[in-house]
Amino acid sequence: MPEPMLIVDSVSRRFGGLLAVDKVSLQINPGQITALIGPNGAGKTTLFSIISGFLPPDEGRIVYDRIDVTAEPPYKLARRGIARTFQLVQPFPGLTVRENIAIGAHLWQRSRAAALKLADQVARSVGLGAQCEAPAATLTVAGSKRLELARALAIAPRLLLLDEVLAGLNPSEIRDMVPVIRALTGTGMTILMTEHVMQAVMSLAEQIFVIAEGRVIARGTPADVAADQRVIEAYLGRGAAHRTAAGNAHA
Amino acid sequence: MKPYLPIVFVVALLAIVPFVTTSNVVLNFLVTTLLIALAGQGWNLLGGYGGQYSFGHAAFFGTAAYATAILQVRYGVNAWLGLVAGILAGALVGAAIGVLCFRSGLRGSYFSLVTLAFAEVLRIISSVAPITGAGVGTLIKLDLRPEAFQFQSRVPFYWIILALVALSLVAVRATENSRFGAYLVAIRENEDAASALGINTFAVKLAAMTISAAITSAAGCFYAQYFLFIDAAIAYGPRISIDALLAPIVGGAGTLFGSLFGALAIKSLGEATKLVAGDAPGLDLVVYGLLLIAVVGFLPRGMAGLMAAVVPRGFRTALPAERDHA
Repeated sequence: MPEPMLIVDSVSRRFGGLLAVDKVSLQINPGQITALIGPNGAGKTTLFSIISGFLPPDEGRIVYDRIDVTAEPPYKLARRGIARTFQLVQPFPGLTVRENIAIGAHLWQRSRAAALKLADQVARSVGLGAQCEAPAATLTVAGSKRLELARALAIAPRLLLLDEVLAGLNPSEIRDMVPVIRALTGTGMTILMTEHVMQAVMSLAEQIFVIAEGRVIARGTPADVAADQRVIEAYLGRGAAHRTAAGNAHA
Repeated sequence: MKPYLPIVFVVALLAIVPFVTTSNVVLNFLVTTLLIALAGQGWNLLGGYGGQYSFGHAAFFGTAAYATAILQVRYGVNAWLGLVAGILAGALVGAAIGVLCFRSGLRGSYFSLVTLAFAEVLRIISSVAPITGAGVGTLIKLDLRPEAFQFQSRVPFYWIILALVALSLVAVRATENSRFGAYLVAIRENEDAASALGINTFAVKLAAMTISAAITSAAGCFYAQYFLFIDAAIAYGPRISIDALLAPIVGGAGTLFGSLFGALAIKSLGEATKLVAGDAPGLDLVVYGLLLIAVVGFLPRGMAGLMAAVVPRGFRTALPAERDHA
């Protein structure tokens, strides 16, 4: 077993009376796609914000590459090689697609020309090559999601955090996007993704953590998790696992 | 060199003026216009490109004007050294206010209000402090020698303010084409996304505020030399803060020539108001207010945006709106 690239160690975060994340621990292995799934309001996005430095945890530690990076600001984490996308896309609306991506590329490229050139390459790799000149504000939802991904990739991350990058896409757009994500692990990148689209998660992820009400309730391979009674109940309500099993027996 | 050609063209055009006319009225009008263009260009870097709308650029203008005047009058420092010292003093005030505002995470209108408050506090202090001459103000002694940064004719003043404006245009164009400039615009467009991409937003905003303050400070120093008098209302009053933000907003915030074209527009309008309505005090401010409402309401990208909309695309590359995407 290789040493995990990212360790989330009993992290908790409270918003007033609501315990949004409750002693969550995750281990993310290098070169793999790990998925974080769970029903709405389970605390996925809060956990994501904590890992990417946008929210400090109340308790617990985040260890990246054996370095404690708990509550480091986002820009420092980006320089360490952690990139994130936002569930609600956050483009630079007044800039073109190329200029948007170039902002990421500038992290390692001082020269404007070099950053713009690199931006073109990244745009092509996510299928935005034809829209380089378009203002980001004019992109479709699918285009904006690709732009989120492209900008994150432009900082050449080692760990990529994808927050619902497939949400809001139609089935054919999802089919187009899945291979783009899978291709990334071929380059040695490690990915942690949250996702609602179960089909995509099942086909992409090697390891899945299921959280509900702020706690990890199951972990394992996609097949393990799909068969886990606690997971089915978290999604469909108490007793659902029993009924599903009964339904399958009748069929 | 190519990105700088429009600057060469515009500055050359303005440089012809003293050969055409030496009328004091014309030169005085242009000197005060360029003074506002320079002060506004400082604001433009921070507000237009960085999206940090300061309502208190008088803090930098006034500090620089007082610094250069006080150094000359009380300490006998050479006026040219005073110019350098004034710019440094203004930049220092910019950095200090920047640290306080950005450290505490002030954004949007909170930043605007706090900068306004700083300028007002400085105005009140300078109207009572003995070193600034309190209510009387500070008068720089007449000493019409070039070594003392004073001239018999207005023409040398015109060259100097034009050179300062040209320098500020070059500085802003260089910023546009740099990583720093790209980061600044990214912060204006979306600060969270910028920090996720590895941008130290605090450092970038602070650098922008310091450079912005330095540019506006140059205008303050020039003011002191040109009028040889400074008091609390001139130095730190809201008038200069308004001029510094109105010029680039009218001309096109976040565009290279926005401040210069905007300054020409508002000063022309101000003079026209005086011609029509006489010297009724404050009337030009009323006109400025109406202008600001009209621009924000109908031309959010200023004159540059208007040009981008009406000039055919082929002609547009040479114009300041070239970097915009309508």
